[in-house]
Amino acid sequence: MTPTRTASMAQALNSALRDAMREDRSVHLLGEDVGKLGGVFRITDGLAAEFGADRCLDTPLAEAGILGTAIGMAMYGLRPVVEMQFDAFAYPAMEQLVSHLAKMRNRTAGKLPLPITVRIPYGGGIGGVEHHSDSSEAYYASTPGLHVVTPATVQDAYGLLRSSIASDDPVVFLEPKRLYWSKAELDQAAGSEPIGRAVLRRQGRSAVLITYGPSLPVCLEAAEAAAAEGWDLAVLDLRTLVPFDDATVAQVVRSVGRAVVVHEATGFGGVGAEIAARVTERCFHHLAAPVLRVTGFDIPFPPPMLEHHHLPGVDRILDAVAKLQWEA
Amino acid sequence: MTVLDHRPTDPVPGWLPGATAPRTDPAPLLPDAAPVRVLGAADLAKYDPALLLDLYRRLVAGRRYNQQATTLTKQGRLAVYPSSTGQEACQVAAATVLAEDDWLFPSYRDTLAVVGRGVDPLEALTLLRGNAHTGYDPKATRTAPLCTPLATQAPHAVGLAHAARLAGDPTVALALLGDGGTSEGDFHEALNFAAVLNAPVVFLVQNNGYAISVPLTQQSAAPTLAHKAVGYGMRGRLVDGNDVVAVHEVLAEAVDRARAGGGPTLVEALTYRLEAHTNADDATRYRQDAEVTAWQEHDPLLLMERQLRAAGLLDDAAVARATEEAEALAARMRTEFHAEPQLDPFSLFQHVYAEPTSQLLEQQAQLAAELAAEDER
Repeated sequence: MTPTRTASMAQALNSALRDAMREDRSVHLLGEDVGKLGGVFRITDGLAAEFGADRCLDTPLAEAGILGTAIGMAMYGLRPVVEMQFDAFAYPAMEQLVSHLAKMRNRTAGKLPLPITVRIPYGGGIGGVEHHSDSSEAYYASTPGLHVVTPATVQDAYGLLRSSIASDDPVVFLEPKRLYWSKAELDQAAGSEPIGRAVLRRQGRSAVLITYGPSLPVCLEAAEAAAAEGWDLAVLDLRTLVPFDDATVAQVVRSVGRAVVVHEATGFGGVGAEIAARVTERCFHHLAAPVLRVTGFDIPFPPPMLEHHHLPGVDRILDAVAKLQWEA
Repeated sequence: MTVLDHRPTDPVPGWLPGATAPRTDPAPLLPDAAPVRVLGAADLAKYDPALLLDLYRRLVAGRRYNQQATTLTKQGRLAVYPSSTGQEACQVAAATVLAEDDWLFPSYRDTLAVVGRGVDPLEALTLLRGNAHTGYDPKATRTAPLCTPLATQAPHAVGLAHAARLAGDPTVALALLGDGGTSEGDFHEALNFAAVLNAPVVFLVQNNGYAISVPLTQQSAAPTLAHKAVGYGMRGRLVDGNDVVAVHEVLAEAVDRARAGGGPTLVEALTYRLEAHTNADDATRYRQDAEVTAWQEHDPLLLMERQLRAAGLLDDAAVARATEEAEALAARMRTEFHAEPQLDPFSLFQHVYAEPTSQLLEQQAQLAAELAAEDER
């Protein structure tokens, strides 16, 4: 039994992959640079050495080919885990993802499920240049047939990746790359964490910040800052965008009556719009104020020296919270 | 030693380590200068008469199937049918070269190849009828769903073949493509992956001259589509796609080679679709009657029948038997397609996920309420 230890999110993900590969021979990794290099973020570090080049496969550089090959491997009974090196590099695989990965179970009336996990490092905040900082979750979340999972803590990175690999449905596993080096206690013995359940990270009675992935630490910081101004903010970590945990979200919103959705992706047509609409539909009579959104601007991801203006920070969140004083 | 360690890694004299020296001699990969042809060019005596007659019967049944399906579109019984009339030799050969455990990865025009694998002729048509996406069980029949996006099934064939090889199974995958599909990125990525992985996969490009209306000259500047193989380090073969014996021979050799660990092959079959792209297309806008007439003279059925009769392997009685079988198939299609299909509205929510999400359960309840309200009216 592995004892509890301090680990980074990157190490937690690495441990999840290693444990999954040790337990199930059908788990195969493939992607660009995942073998000898261990991935550009070292998430697959040491796995080719332990499990061999066939099970941790350095592929040609072609994302549609990587995902398409993984689909064929899954059709033959393997459980592939695909690494897309950066968020924006996944776009060439979009047709495989939308037309085949998401639909194969449905197209074949359940005869060909595709138990594939597509790991995508996503989001900004690390000073990445163009095409290295996109938040593409809305594309995936609006594609029926995919689960969309995004951990924000070290423990969830381990537990949710284990569940994703074990899932008989395809999972787009979005890794908040700016949290890769965040450290916390990791208990591997705790095992997998079920997909589809939001969790309250902070209790509060004035309003709730609904968020996920890279924005969770920002929201927790904002909640601390808001306390000084007399706001007692709850922070809800969605952890999974699809399936969406309507029950927990509605329960929390009803108990506090005010909600702000926070994410760093662009706002227009984003996941936040969907959440705001769902909350309004389900909790209208419990709301003391409109559901507000705090998001990145509706712009292509900016150059790294300007990204701090785009990414929602504590102040932008506090400004939104201040607007919630509106009374019906 | 892993499956991947199949390429020579000895340094090439005169090149620095890691430099891109030519790794293989391209000459053996080059396709034949002229398409491989058997009918009219070789003695049929060396072939198994039972195989030849089987191929002939399948051609006759395939032609009738195409005709009946096209008629059903005119009656509104099929939503759409991309006819493979004129291409039956490719379809028949594709189905008959595969062993039971091999996998076929068809495109939307390849219904005949799917039926040739043993899939029920009506189940093979649910996609085109519009009552379900894939009516057959891909796993049980080792036949992937008919693929509508172009060439996107090719990487699946590579992945499946690769996984089979890792498992130590003798399974080969055969991917069917059209000439237009060779322009798609997925085609190139599939070929590259197949060659790099040395996957037991065969790609058959049925070059029928047109991607809907765009002729091959505007599709590719390559000498032949088979030449594309060389750039990936793969063998290319060129075959007369209307010569069912030649296509069978070339494909069978490629399949055997893949099974033996010899790696992938790209086969280009030169053929022609005698009908329009689908029933919705007007082929007279982009091609001349003279061209169609010329290809009618090179009809795969005529070629085969003429040769078999000349070789004394086919007589009027055998032709009549084949025709009778084909008519029985057409009659079955008519009967069953004139019955309304059984549709379950709640099948909409099945098989989206292993377990329906709470959102889908809510929407299913909504549909139930809508249907109940309709019943009350």
